[in-house]
Amino acid sequence: MIHLRYHGTTSIPVEAECLTPDNLAGKSPAQIAALPIQYGNASASLGDFFSVEGDSADKEMVIEGDCDRVKRIGAAMASGRITVRGDVGMHLGAEMTGGDIHVHGRAGDWTGAEMRGGRIHVHGDAGCLVGAAYRGGQIGMRGGVILIEGKAGNEVGAHMRRGLIAVVGDVGDFLGVSMIAGGVFVFGRTGPRPGAGMKRGTLAFGGDMPGLLPSFRYDCDYRAVFLSLYLRQLRAWNFPVHDRLFTGSWRRYSGDLIEMGKGEVLHWRET
Amino acid sequence: MLTINETTIEDTFAEAFPMTAVRLIVTAETPSWAQTAAQVTTGYASSVIGCDAEAGLERTLGPDETPDGRPGVSLLLFAFNRDALQKAVVNRVGQCVLTCPTTACYNGLPMIKEKAIRIGGNLRFFGDGFQFSKKLEGRRFWRLPVMDGEFTCEDYFGTIKGVAGGNFLIVGATQAAALAAAEAAVAAIRQVPGVLLPFPGGVVRSGSKIGSKYKKLRASTNDAYCPTLRGQVKTALPEGANAVYEIVMDGVDLSSVETATRVGVRAACRPGVLRITAGNYGGKLGPFHLHLHKLLAEA
Repeated sequence: MIHLRYHGTTSIPVEAECLTPDNLAGKSPAQIAALPIQYGNASASLGDFFSVEGDSADKEMVIEGDCDRVKRIGAAMASGRITVRGDVGMHLGAEMTGGDIHVHGRAGDWTGAEMRGGRIHVHGDAGCLVGAAYRGGQIGMRGGVILIEGKAGNEVGAHMRRGLIAVVGDVGDFLGVSMIAGGVFVFGRTGPRPGAGMKRGTLAFGGDMPGLLPSFRYDCDYRAVFLSLYLRQLRAWNFPVHDRLFTGSWRRYSGDLIEMGKGEVLHWRET
Repeated sequence: MLTINETTIEDTFAEAFPMTAVRLIVTAETPSWAQTAAQVTTGYASSVIGCDAEAGLERTLGPDETPDGRPGVSLLLFAFNRDALQKAVVNRVGQCVLTCPTTACYNGLPMIKEKAIRIGGNLRFFGDGFQFSKKLEGRRFWRLPVMDGEFTCEDYFGTIKGVAGGNFLIVGATQAAALAAAEAAVAAIRQVPGVLLPFPGGVVRSGSKIGSKYKKLRASTNDAYCPTLRGQVKTALPEGANAVYEIVMDGVDLSSVETATRVGVRAACRPGVLRITAGNYGGKLGPFHLHLHKLLAEA
């Protein structure tokens, strides 16, 4: 296991996309400390901000410290595991294709943006545009799982095409905007206009029902068996799921009818 | 000569052969509807001599044992090869599970992509374009809109090479004694995981031999064990025998069929049972030979 301790104090962003288990595997602590990173508009070395010790061969990485100014941790990673004890900056696990990231703290905007596989588990809050497409991009998250035990910001799951995002707490505006497919579960409150422009996919609300756009139509109240598969899997990932969600029924709406209208909004109801 | 509870065990063997098997986990809102689905899905599936598959209930499952947390059943289906099995399972799930209120259907075996058969992926067209699929942890589930909500069915199901044709015959002094022994054997075998008893109630009364005097028939009555023919044919019945029942078993592996044979024979050795024997074709049909004496000695 390779151990990195953040000792930076800067408020200037540090872009450390070299911090992936794949990239560090086989390198000595000294080689890792010498890896180039971007510090504002200047180049720097990883060792300028992190102390490094341990063995990276097993692709297990632990990062300690408040890294909320450190961007792109785990970006494009394909395998291995990163555990962060502290906050992380933007673009955590963006475009990753495999592996696991656990953050015992908060994560910034664009967490898991355009990711294709693997799993990100944020034990605190996350920012905006979780699993979203980058500006100008057509497709957001294409696979994998993002679990957020705290709150999340606006446009979570924007343009996502496949995969799963689950949020225990509240989320902001435009949840799943222009969603192509995939699933987003929210157990807290949701801001306005969820699912705006969604083509397919599932938005499931286990907490308060958000106001829906008029381009969504009520379908029915029913037992959504497939949701049990998801809820049980979430529990298997040690993600908190309230017992009540395994009972009751789900109210289903179809939308967004200004697009294909094959998306669904599900809201848990006690029966 | 080996005897158990005064029942003679013949020194012979059952001959079994490999068949492709699949395990379906069928769930429903209530145990009763899961049982209904099990009953109809495994109907007309006693022998591949005349059916598209051999099928049966493996066991009932509690809510904590199923993928969706509802009561369910585990069903085993066997056919000669994967193509035949896929065809049979698609038809049976399509006609008997999809149609059954509240049910869902999941794969119950480890998945090896090259050996998988596609079930949900073939049934999805019933959704007429309104079907959804969801992919979770590498497994794809199809959701078909139906009149009570949705039918959820897994896309691919894993298959294995199982062992079919395990058998033994219970030779009784009376029909009642033989049937009671057969029922006891079935009850014991049903406790063995990975085994199905494809015949009605797990018991066969019309044991067959290969061929017939009629050219079109592949199998015909096993005249050597028919008590009414004792005076006309070369009988295999011992003196005092008046009824024979056969227990046929398919299992997910040889070990499960061996265990089932062992517990079944022991349970069948009751008063009024004269002899236990087994059916074989001189070792020419299948590669698996279940020698009764050897199996019972291992116990």
